[in-house]
Amino acid sequence: MSIKLALAGNPNCGKTTLFNELTGSSQYVGNWPGVTVEKKEGKLRGHKDVIVTDLPGIYSLSPYTLEEVVTRNYLIHENPDVIVNLVDASNLERNLYLTTQLVEMGLPVVLALNMMDIVRKNGDTIDSKKIGEAFGCPVVEISALKAEGTQELISAALSAAQQKPHAIAATFSDKVEAALGQIAQQLPGALKNRHQRWMSIKLFERDEKMLAEAGLSNADRANLEAIITKCETELDDDTESIITNERYEYISKVIHKSYKKKVAGLTTSDKIDRVVTNRILALPIFALIMWFVYYVSISTVGTAMTDWVNDALFGEIIPPAIEGFLVSVGTADWLISLIMDGIIAGVGAVLGFLPQMLTMFLFLAILEDCGYMARIAFIMDRIFRRFGLSGKSFIPILIGTGCGVPGIMASRTIENDHDRKLTVITTTFIPCSAKLPIIALIAGAMFPDSTWVGPSAYFLGIGAIIVSGIILKKTRVFAGDPAPFVMELPAYHVPGAKGVLIHMWDRGKAFIKKAGTIILLATVLVWFLSSFGWNMQMVDVEDSMLATLGNFIAPLFAPLGFDNWKFAVATITGLIAKENVVGTFGILFGFAEVAEDGAEVWSSLQAAVSPLAAYAFLTFNLLCAPCFAAIGAARTELGSAKWTWFSVGYQTVFAYIIALIIYQTGSLINGGGFGFWTAVAFVLIAALIYLLVRKPADINSAGKRLNRKVSA
Amino acid sequence: MKTLKEVQIGDTVTVVKLHGTGAVKRRIMDMGITKGAQVFVRKVAPLGDPIEVKVRDYELSLRKADAELIEVD
Repeated sequence: MSIKLALAGNPNCGKTTLFNELTGSSQYVGNWPGVTVEKKEGKLRGHKDVIVTDLPGIYSLSPYTLEEVVTRNYLIHENPDVIVNLVDASNLERNLYLTTQLVEMGLPVVLALNMMDIVRKNGDTIDSKKIGEAFGCPVVEISALKAEGTQELISAALSAAQQKPHAIAATFSDKVEAALGQIAQQLPGALKNRHQRWMSIKLFERDEKMLAEAGLSNADRANLEAIITKCETELDDDTESIITNERYEYISKVIHKSYKKKVAGLTTSDKIDRVVTNRILALPIFALIMWFVYYVSISTVGTAMTDWVNDALFGEIIPPAIEGFLVSVGTADWLISLIMDGIIAGVGAVLGFLPQMLTMFLFLAILEDCGYMARIAFIMDRIFRRFGLSGKSFIPILIGTGCGVPGIMASRTIENDHDRKLTVITTTFIPCSAKLPIIALIAGAMFPDSTWVGPSAYFLGIGAIIVSGIILKKTRVFAGDPAPFVMELPAYHVPGAKGVLIHMWDRGKAFIKKAGTIILLATVLVWFLSSFGWNMQMVDVEDSMLATLGNFIAPLFAPLGFDNWKFAVATITGLIAKENVVGTFGILFGFAEVAEDGAEVWSSLQAAVSPLAAYAFLTFNLLCAPCFAAIGAARTELGSAKWTWFSVGYQTVFAYIIALIIYQTGSLINGGGFGFWTAVAFVLIAALIYLLVRKPADINSAGKRLNRKVSA
Repeated sequence: MKTLKEVQIGDTVTVVKLHGTGAVKRRIMDMGITKGAQVFVRKVAPLGDPIEVKVRDYELSLRKADAELIEVD
C-alpha cells in the first residue's frame, strides 16, 4: 500500500528545495483540478511506494484564497498519511502560525525546522524538543539547501505515518475551548471523525466554506450561533479575530520558552535592504538591475545564442543535412517541403528563442530566489496598481520587449489570479524583438525621413497596456479591488545553484513541450494552406489556399485602409513568428530574398497602400494576437482554453478598433471626408472613453473598502 | 483614532484594533498583525506607497489603504 506524504509550509520557507531533494527527478507537474494552482507530485527517493505532494505555499488555512482552499480540500478529502510541515526556523513566529492550524486537522504531522544553519550562524538557539511538545508532533532540524537532516526527516515522517496522531494540546483560552467543546458535541454524527476539532474551530470562526459543507439543520445552526454570540460578547471581538489572536499568543508563549535570540543589531539582510530599497537609491538601482538583466539576456548572450540557433543550427546545419538525406532516399517533394518549410522552419523559429529564454529564466530564478523580486513589487506597486496590474507585472512587460514568450511565462511570479491573467493578456502589446522588422519595414517604406515611427510603436504598446488594464479591471470578470497587497519581504539570501537551475529548466522544459505540440500543429497548418492550392497540388503562395483565404478576409480590413489580400496573408503568416510578415511580403511581391527591413519591397508597398493605411497595418500587427509560441505560453499561464480564446479575441478586437480609429481619424484630418466608418470611429472612441471612466462593475463605492473580497 | 498609516517612520506602535471585514482583515491578521502586536514602521516605498513594517521579527509590506484599517497606539 502506498503512503501519501504531503508537504506544507509558508511561501519562501524552502519547500521547493526540499521537494526536489526528496523526490529527485521523478516529478509530475500539473494543476489542481479546476484551478490554475500548480500541483507537484513525485516519488520519494529510495521509497517507490511513497508519494510526495507539494502543497501550495500558504500562510494560513482561511477560506479566502485559492491556494488555501486547495490545501484545505486536499487535507480533508484526500487524507494524506502524514503532513510534513516545513518551517523557516529563522522566521519561526509567523511560520508556526500555519502549524497551529495543521495540527488541528487530526492528521499525523512532522515538523521540519528548515534553515537551521542560518539560525546557528546568527548565534540563536532553538529548543526543538519544547516546540515538539507544544504542538504534539515530532520535530526534525534540517537544512534543505545543504541537504542536511533529510534522512532523519524521512524516517520520522514514515514512522509518524504508521501512528495515530497525538491528541492536540489545548491551544486556546478556557472560554474558547469550552465553546469548541460544545460545538464538537453538536456536530452531526457524520462529521464526528478525525477532523472534528478542525471543523469545530472553523464553524466557530463562521467559516463560510465550512458552514456550507457541514449542512447543519436550522436548529443546529441556531445553537451554533448562540454559542458564538455568547463568546463574542464575553471576549468583545469577533470569533475569527479571537482565534487568530489566541493562536499568535500561544506561539509567543512557546517561542518565549524555546527560542533564544542572540541580541544583535542589523542583520546582513537588513543592511542590504537599507541600500536597495532606499528612498533615493531604490529606483536607480532597480533600473540598473533591469538594464543588466535585459542587456545580457536579450542583447548579448541570449541574442548571440539565439542567432546561432536560428542562423547556424536551423539555417546551415540541420536543414541541409536533413534535406540531403531526404533527397538521397528519394522522398516526395511535398514531404520534403512539409519537413523543411513546415516543421523545421516553424519549430526551429520557435526553438530559436530558447537560449534567450533560458538566460532570462536564469536571471528571474536568481532574482526570485535571492528575495529581490518581492522588492520589485514593493517599488513598482504604486504605478502598476493604477492600471489594475500588480507591481510584479513590470517584469513580464520588460521581458516582453525582448520576447513575449518568456515575458508571459514570467507572469507566474504574480500570486494574484486576476493580476496574473491581466498581465498575460496585456504583455504582448509591447513590441517584441520579432516585431521590430515590421516596424523597420513600414517606417522605411512609408516614412523614410521620420524618426517617430519606432518610438510610437512603444508608446502604442504602453498605451494599450494601460487602457486595457483599466478597461478590463472594470469588467465583471476582473471586478473587485486588487487583492490585499499584504506581502512578505523575505530576507535576502544567496540563491542555491541547484535550485536556480532546476527552476530555469522547469520553465524551459514547459516551453519545449509546447513547441513540439500546439506550435507544431499550427505551423504545419499554415504551411499546408500556403503551399497547396485547392486542387491539392503544390503551388506558389499567390495561388495557394492561403491566398484565397487572404482575398476572403481582406475586405474585413477595408475600414483600416489595407483591404489588400497580400496584407491579410502577411498578417496570418505573422502568427507563426512576427518577423515572417516581412518575408511574406518579399514572396508576395516577388522577391526571393529580402533584407531584414525588407528594403526591396518598399516601392511595391508604396504603390499598394497609403502611408496612413500602412501605419494602421503596423498598429494592427503590433497589437493583435501574438505568435503561436506566445499564444501557447499564454495557454499554460491562463490555465484554460476559454481564457486563451478570450485573450486572443480581446487582443485582436482591440487591435482592430485602435487601427480603425487611427486610419479613420487620420483620413478625416487629411481631408478624406466624413463617411460611415468615420462615424464608427467616433462611436468607438466614445465607447473607449466610457469604458475608461465608468464605475467599476459590482462594487458599491461606499462599502468598497470594507466588503471587498479576495477572489484569487 | 490613530492608524498605522499615520505612524512616523522609525516608530514602534502597538496594534489596538483591526477594522474592516472578510478577506482583507483576515489576511492582515494571518500575517501576524493582531491585537497587541508590536509593529515597527521601517520605511516607505520610493513612490510613497506601500510601506514596509517589521512585525513578529520579519518584514512585511502593505499598502497605505490597508494600513488605514489598523488602529494603533
